[in-house]
Amino acid sequence: MAVKFLREKWFYLVLLLAAVTLPLVVTDRYIFQLAIMSLIFSIATLSLNLILGYTGQASLAHAGFFGIGAYGVGLMTKAGLSFWLALPLASFISALVGFLIGLPTLRTRGSYFAIATLCFGVIISIVIGNWVELTGGHTGLLGIPRPKIGSFEFSSQISQYYLVLAFLLLTLFVMHRLVHSLQGLSFMSVRNNEPLAEAVGINTFATKIISFMVANFFAGMAGGIYASLIGSISPSTASFNHTFNWLVYLLLGGAATLAGPILGAFAFPLLMEYLQFLEDYRLIIFGVLLIIVIIYFPRGLMGGIESLQHRIKTRYRLRKGDGKNVVTASGKSHQAV
Amino acid sequence: MDLFLQQIFNGVMLGSTYAIVALGLTLVFGILHIPNFAHGHLYMLGAYVSFFAMTRYGLGFWPALFISVFVLALAGVVVEFLVYRPLRDQPHINSFISAIGALIILETGVVVIWGPQAHRIPNPYPGTIELLGMTMTQQRLLLIIVAIIMIVLLQIFIKKTTPGTAIEAVAQNREGAMLMGINVNRISSLTFAISTGTAAAAATMVAPIFMISPAMGALLGMKAFIIVILGGLGSIPGAIVGGYILGLIEALGGGYISADYKDVFAFGALLLILAIKPTGLFGREVA
Repeated sequence: MAVKFLREKWFYLVLLLAAVTLPLVVTDRYIFQLAIMSLIFSIATLSLNLILGYTGQASLAHAGFFGIGAYGVGLMTKAGLSFWLALPLASFISALVGFLIGLPTLRTRGSYFAIATLCFGVIISIVIGNWVELTGGHTGLLGIPRPKIGSFEFSSQISQYYLVLAFLLLTLFVMHRLVHSLQGLSFMSVRNNEPLAEAVGINTFATKIISFMVANFFAGMAGGIYASLIGSISPSTASFNHTFNWLVYLLLGGAATLAGPILGAFAFPLLMEYLQFLEDYRLIIFGVLLIIVIIYFPRGLMGGIESLQHRIKTRYRLRKGDGKNVVTASGKSHQAV
Repeated sequence: MDLFLQQIFNGVMLGSTYAIVALGLTLVFGILHIPNFAHGHLYMLGAYVSFFAMTRYGLGFWPALFISVFVLALAGVVVEFLVYRPLRDQPHINSFISAIGALIILETGVVVIWGPQAHRIPNPYPGTIELLGMTMTQQRLLLIIVAIIMIVLLQIFIKKTTPGTAIEAVAQNREGAMLMGINVNRISSLTFAISTGTAAAAATMVAPIFMISPAMGALLGMKAFIIVILGGLGSIPGAIVGGYILGLIEALGGGYISADYKDVFAFGALLLILAIKPTGLFGREVA
């Protein structure tokens, strides 16, 4: 049992070990700060993965919900509420707004949904920028208090790192349970063939709403953590550039896998960091990479690893004379989401 | 009353730009089924090409406009070939993501080559005309007239010429069109060239009125999508009417309710319409 668990999950255990020991290895404060950001964005990308990767609905309002969570926690903690109460509240508000927005937008499909949610994301950032009495307008919210337990304040980088890591593991746990449940199967059936899912008795609209709400709950949570750790937020927190970044992390890492989004959220900023010397040209590479990945590797890094693993396994089996027909992984539908 | 007429005039002027840009987008999105999300960025590139043809090479307004249209038509063909053609038989969302890659390249490319600051194209027709209490600059009036001419020409091209009808044939039935000996690849290139070329013309016409900046394409691209959906996918009259409606909504909403929130009206209108009719105002059922 334990061996089987190890054999199947070794990859995740290695990742976890790497994550826990990272503060011992990385001493550079700047790089460490990048790692903390990557953890926060991992949560955001994982939640985007639920709606886009597993349910097949390209929500481009994700940064908007991130912003709702960020401003929710920022405003509530500044008003004196504890972070531990403000964070779930803000996440719930984000999920609730997701529900209200999902009602009209989730009736649309494909590009229509992408554009409708993009519009909503833009509305959120415009409203945040102009509702000066509540949000402070374009100057943003400053001096958001850090999370505290008793008298302990999460002010050192290492404590913040482990705090976000804990939230990431929580997110990962929920996502893992969710996508391996019956509900998760409904998500994927909606993604693979919506009319067919409807025909076998799945309430596709309710399924999409649930996925959208859960995704936005965690997007809001990521935003809330971001706000209280960084301490200041502005309308650009909710800008659709964030959504595009997460989209790249997700596709590069591998949509519809649990490790992919995290891998993407770490690998990509790191790559960009090493390409610093290219200055503005970096973004051009970013764009080229996105196009190449979507054309040639629509299932991302994790998808690549998976099919490689599978190829090795099949060859191994053939050599053993087990000549059964094996359905190849590449036989899966050739699409990113 | 004067203010009202003035806002209407501004709305029509804005709407003319929107109508042309949306018309180009509806050709590729509605007819080729390519969600060319980089359309607004190609429009931006068109404005920049004109700007530099005029300032660096000292060309006049009209030669610069024609060069810009030509360059952008070529750019459209290249973008279609590199970014969208490999993804033709895959789900829309893959092309959409590919488009995001393309728009990042275009926007950053312009920033790297020409810098992030905004520019203004010297106004070739700065004079004003007083009419019914409205003050109109000649350039704005010219924009409205050129827009109408372009719309009419495009309509004639699609309905009366052989390549135009071939585009419509591909839109109606790709396989059928292929069986009839229509080269679908060539039609895709042609449609893209028309789409981006007209966008470049619109961008050049409007550039003397507003500033040009690398970021100007993003919002316009989104609005063009709104119009295309508002008017119904692939519907050319829908794109034209939708363009003018959006221009008027923005001008009136911005003038009478709140200028800060003027963009919210456009996006809000789309959300509202999709809530009532998920396939757009004149849209057919989408597969």
